[in-house]
Amino acid sequence: MCRLLHLFSLALVLTPAPLLALEFNMPSGVTDTSQSVFNLHMTIFYICLAIAVVVFGVMFWSIFHHRRSRGAKAAQFHGSVVVEIIWTIIPFLILVAIAIPATTTLSDMYDASESDVDIQVTGHQWKWHYKYIGEDVDFFSILNTSREEIENRKKKNPNYLLEVDNALVVPTNKKIRFLFTSNDVIHAWWVPDLAIKKDAIPGFINESWTRIKEPGLYRGQCAELCGKHHAFMPIEVKAVPEASYLAWLEDQKAAKLAEAASAEQDWSMDQLMTAGATVYEKNCAVCHQADGSGVAGAFPALNGSAIVQGDKAGHLDIVVNGKLAKGMPAFGEQLSAVDIAAVITYERNSWDNQTGDHVSPAEVQTLMDKQ
Amino acid sequence: MSAHAETAHHGPASGISRWILTTNHKDIGTMYLVFSLLMLFVGGSMAFVIRAELFQPGLQMVMPEFFNQMTTMHGLIMVFGAVMPAFVGLANWQIPLMIGAPDMALPRLNNLSFWILPFAFAMLLSTLLMPGGAPDFGWTFYAPLSTTYAPPSVTFFIFAIHMMGISSILGAINVVVTIFNMRAPGMKLMDMPLFVWTWLITAFLLIAVMPVLAAVVTMMLMDVHFGTSFFNAAGGGDPVLFQHVFWFFAHPEVYIMVLPAFGVISQIVPTFARKPLFGYHSMVYATAAIAVMSFIVWAHHMFTVGMPLAGELFFMYTTMLIAVPTGVKVFNWISTMFRGSMTFETPMLFAIAFIVLFTIGGLSGLMLAIAPADFQYHDTYFVVAHFHYVLVPGSVFGIIAGVYYWLPKWCGKMYDEKLGQWHFWLSFIGVNLTFFPMHFVGLAGMPRRIPDYALQFADFNMITSIGAFLFGTTQLLFVYILIKTVRSGKPAEQLPWDGAQGLEWSVPTPAPYHTFSTPPVVGDK
Ligand code: HEC
Ligand SMILES: [Cu+2]
Repeated sequence: MCRLLHLFSLALVLTPAPLLALEFNMPSGVTDTSQSVFNLHMTIFYICLAIAVVVFGVMFWSIFHHRRSRGAKAAQFHGSVVVEIIWTIIPFLILVAIAIPATTTLSDMYDASESDVDIQVTGHQWKWHYKYIGEDVDFFSILNTSREEIENRKKKNPNYLLEVDNALVVPTNKKIRFLFTSNDVIHAWWVPDLAIKKDAIPGFINESWTRIKEPGLYRGQCAELCGKHHAFMPIEVKAVPEASYLAWLEDQKAAKLAEAASAEQDWSMDQLMTAGATVYEKNCAVCHQADGSGVAGAFPALNGSAIVQGDKAGHLDIVVNGKLAKGMPAFGEQLSAVDIAAVITYERNSWDNQTGDHVSPAEVQTLMDKQ
Repeated sequence: MSAHAETAHHGPASGISRWILTTNHKDIGTMYLVFSLLMLFVGGSMAFVIRAELFQPGLQMVMPEFFNQMTTMHGLIMVFGAVMPAFVGLANWQIPLMIGAPDMALPRLNNLSFWILPFAFAMLLSTLLMPGGAPDFGWTFYAPLSTTYAPPSVTFFIFAIHMMGISSILGAINVVVTIFNMRAPGMKLMDMPLFVWTWLITAFLLIAVMPVLAAVVTMMLMDVHFGTSFFNAAGGGDPVLFQHVFWFFAHPEVYIMVLPAFGVISQIVPTFARKPLFGYHSMVYATAAIAVMSFIVWAHHMFTVGMPLAGELFFMYTTMLIAVPTGVKVFNWISTMFRGSMTFETPMLFAIAFIVLFTIGGLSGLMLAIAPADFQYHDTYFVVAHFHYVLVPGSVFGIIAGVYYWLPKWCGKMYDEKLGQWHFWLSFIGVNLTFFPMHFVGLAGMPRRIPDYALQFADFNMITSIGAFLFGTTQLLFVYILIKTVRSGKPAEQLPWDGAQGLEWSVPTPAPYHTFSTPPVVGDK
């Protein structure tokens, strides 16, 4: 026992100080809904605490007083209808008292009507796709923590595993409706500060809504086991005042146009290789590994692959159309022509693959337009 | 535990064939118990891997894909390999002894139900060596992760589940037939000890839901190999259907894993309080009520799948309601202790810990029943804390309490009380150190089934891992105590516990190989 405490305090002492700021409880969040969920949680918690105190109180009292070592003689009663009716009815009444506020909160959470902004959230293995309905803005949101940190080769930053490349940006004080679905397995979109956790299910659409009161950055994670990298698909929601939100939307649209234009430009081999490395790291390395060696039995090696080293058409086909039944996503739906051209060029000229050729964005665009 | 062999006149065959061919309920009970102890260590070593990886943030011991195989196999092995067979083992030993029957009603079937298990688990464990690895989709194996996206070993997993299911159904049928047909003359249903009652009800639950499990894995098999689309939305199926069918099995299953423990506790508490069980009738009715209600609460595991509001409310209300009969049981145990004359030998300590910690698990269950709050708790460590509280200090402590309680009668030797007390206190501290902090990390936002986590969860995870190592190693002490008892324990008395009542204590110590060849006559209770 002593040794255990010793170990215990040792462990605590060795932990860096900032980590000692322990968080014990559910966050009360930044919406009216999350606040009422929090209140429900605390109410039911205090009720449970009270029940525990009474029940365990009686138990420990009799353990203390009615022990043979204190000379207690056993009574022989073995039932009492009155008592039993009482302790059936009292818990029942307590339950009714909790059920009422729970029902109100739940009905409110289910009313997603009259929204101001609609966002479609699609789960992918292992990233989120956000689409602003009616705005022609959509993008992927991918984990931004480096492999070095995950593999303990670099000091972990405070937002370790909770940071993404592109946050979901939403306006404050507007009713935002989310439509959840999935591209592969079931995921669950969970942001504790908004008290939203909803499953994203392939082939089905789920609804939820929020109205965020304060600007800020709210982090969350995928909550439903979705395969190997389930731990590595976080969520960042950035709530900003409406004006900034609208400005951000415009920026996104402009960026999209610029990207489309760049597909028509000529890209040099070097440019493609640099861009390709980033695309590969973000989109392909989870399965095919950073060094292209793959995972035996699950994901083929790209290093030395006949398809990668073979003719461009076959290579383009697998990347653009994927092979869904085997677990290779169709990146034609996910990446721009530039990104696809870049990543293919990168694959063909990395590791032991040295084809020396490159694929231009225009070639990819032509292929994608045909489909 | 085989020491009773020498003492019986009309004894068992010798050598290994005794165990392979036996139809004796005591031998089969022993085999079930030893098997489940073995599985406890297999599943426990997987928990070790999990806790070692989670000791600190970052990936250090294992890769995420192997981590997922460990969580999956840990769950499957503990549920189907450790807890369920242990209760069947207790049933085999105790039900005939407690109702005054010479054996189980269907002894050959009994042998078969046991011997299916080693093969089923050998098949399940062999998947660890297959290309693509063992099942990695969680013990709840949600489609399509377990169908379209599963490793090839899923087929072996399906067959292993089928075998376990057959074994359980056969075992359950045997229990029902034995209890209905082989009670001692004069023993009415309402005279039966509570352990027998809870097992009777459990057996009905098993017969009702094991076929549902078989159905759901068969549908998976069809989806994986024969081109059907039960759970594949692209082919017109529905992944949520999987969850409905699965939980229609798995919710009663959680009661299957705890009702017999209720029975054990209801035997032990009166013995050590030296006072009759309070509210015998209401105990029976409460058990039956829990069993019936367990069929209409399943979707509380699925509050976030997007059911219609009416569905959410229905499952929220029924789930809250199930707390009422559960509360009745706890109140009855405590009233049994009240004004008793208590002593605290090892079985009683485990029983009291059961009552306290199971109640904590029950109360967190009540919190989980509140659908809007469950949106925050669901799929976090809060849930992990909840079900480990009802399963480890719940079911497992119930089993351990039962083993300490009946061991003197089984093998005719007394365990070392001092070591038993050590075993209890180390387990008690270990279990709480492991599972209590999980409530906090869960509330603070840590999802379950992740091999790596954000930095704010680090301290609690470290505490949990230390607790898990303590709890795990403590169980080696349990094995030592058992071996020591069987080998060199002091001879036990005819009635090892002065407060104990029931037919099982009327047979000689150790219980001879054949008991109640002439049925005892039971007068008024
Ligand atoms: C979710 C995991 C996953 C991701 C992410 C992924 N792939 Fe694949 N990839 C696969 C699988 C599985 C196959 C094998 C398909 C088959 O069996 O034919 C594959 C096959 C391939 C092949 C054919 C290799 C061969 O020799 O058969 C290429 C080329 C390829 N992927 C490129 C990429 C590129 C480029 C990316 C990133 C833009 C990427 N993959 C991302 C899973 C993935
Ligand atoms: Cu996910």
